[in-house]
Amino acid sequence: MAKKEIDARFNKFGTVSFTDVTRVNDFIDYLEQGKLMGARCKTCGVKFFPPRADCYHSLDSDMEWFEVTGAGKLVSYSALKYAPSGFKADLPYTIALVDFGDFKVFGRIDGSVPSDALKVDMNMKAVVTETKNGQLTYTFQKA
Amino acid sequence: MSKVGIIGVGQSKFVRTYPGSVRELAFEGFKEAMQDAQIGVDAIDATVVCSAPEYDKQRSPAGVIAEYLGLNPQPTFYAESLCASSSTGLKLAYSLVKSGLHDVVMVLGFQIMSQLSSAESQERMGRGADIQWESPFGTMMPAYYAMHAQAHMAKYGTTLEDLAAVRVKAATYGPLNEKGVFRKQITMEQFEETEGFVGGPVASPLRGGDCCANADGSSCIIVASEDKAKALSSKPIWIKGLGSASAPVNMAGRDQLHGLAVAQQSAQQAYKMAGVTAQDIDVAEVHDCFTIAEIMAYENLGFAKPGEGAALIRSKETYKEGRIPVNVDGGLLSKGHPIGATGGSQIRTVVLQLRGEAGEIQVKDPAIGLVHNIGGVGLYGHVTILGRD
Ligand SMILES: [Zn+2]
Repeated sequence: MAKKEIDARFNKFGTVSFTDVTRVNDFIDYLEQGKLMGARCKTCGVKFFPPRADCYHSLDSDMEWFEVTGAGKLVSYSALKYAPSGFKADLPYTIALVDFGDFKVFGRIDGSVPSDALKVDMNMKAVVTETKNGQLTYTFQKA
Repeated sequence: MSKVGIIGVGQSKFVRTYPGSVRELAFEGFKEAMQDAQIGVDAIDATVVCSAPEYDKQRSPAGVIAEYLGLNPQPTFYAESLCASSSTGLKLAYSLVKSGLHDVVMVLGFQIMSQLSSAESQERMGRGADIQWESPFGTMMPAYYAMHAQAHMAKYGTTLEDLAAVRVKAATYGPLNEKGVFRKQITMEQFEETEGFVGGPVASPLRGGDCCANADGSSCIIVASEDKAKALSSKPIWIKGLGSASAPVNMAGRDQLHGLAVAQQSAQQAYKMAGVTAQDIDVAEVHDCFTIAEIMAYENLGFAKPGEGAALIRSKETYKEGRIPVNVDGGLLSKGHPIGATGGSQIRTVVLQLRGEAGEIQVKDPAIGLVHNIGGVGLYGHVTILGRD
């Protein structure tokens, strides 16, 4: 008996992904094309990041993708000295939240940006890249 | 309107490693609360068991704990909201009693964390955040709260010394609490030693001394209807206000990082229900899982204006002799933080304070006390107001 194919594309996201199957798996295809995407509800126009498959305003599941472009403002950040299981090889790394106006994006600061160059409110942009272990991700660079 | 009272409180010692099983640990808090209430198991009509899952192997712990404590065939329920689990349990117990479904309900919180390594337990805690969109970046609790600290410092000019001052206060009272896990004093100088446990970096800007310690422990609170409380207890403490809220799990959904909206919203509800204001609170236990969390709590609860939380600790107004004593039992920072047991332990401390039974840490003649208990990183909030009358 043939095994049923499982669309587990999302397990390529981040150093360790804890999710295989999601209805926004196309997010991964866009990362492969170098694009960071959010979702917009076609019915009410609300933008969501992280992207989602369903809208609680309209109760519709008719979403379109939009690309996260331009500069946002650094809301806050923290440089980690310790890491949870599975992330030790990435140390040291810095997590951050960037405000793009209509939505915010959580992620990591790019390794090329030294931590003493960071300042709350500075302009940053999101860039699609690979993790050390060859997974897909995005990071924030100076804009 | 009939009242709901607390007629018994207890907790185990909070320890680095409990030398026993989950059910045996639960018994320790249970025994103290039952002795405190001077009742037998037949007087308990239902139990709410509270913990955060995945730190130990037992699934559905309510069953095994109810059996071990002799609480069959009464119903037992399981409540989970990460670090706020036993405050959720208290709210459920209040509702069960207030609705008239049950007269006496026990809230039993516990956690054994020592079966996991520190990195494993950080991974479990990290998975209390958004596993699809945040955990793949390697998040952990100290780093999330560190982001709040960074934002607070940027907005209000709060300093590393202000954060350290919260820990110095907690460690002033740690040695006085025989139930606590960390019994040593901590000095400002220790924060300067960057190679040391206190001053060493964890997640910028937080240092080792800014973080509470994992612990094993249990807590137990016995809640009763007004009639039962008066009949069974000579010293009931009354639940005057309860507030709760939730927030988006992903930081991307938060309006601000320099405070916790759930704490603000829960406090407003609880003050309104109790008919009091922040100025009426005589003693408080707040969720100081990290030093920044206590400073944000001062502001979110209205003990200080927004941005003036640091000034409150600098002026020592939250010490035992101050205007509003906070965490004079050592708090999570020194007493320890066995996740599911923490809220019940905070309730216990305030109940003992209001009864005048807090011993060396007794504040002067308090009438109204407050408990602020947060689950996850500002994900679940609970504020509970207790009073003598
Ligand atoms: Zn919609």
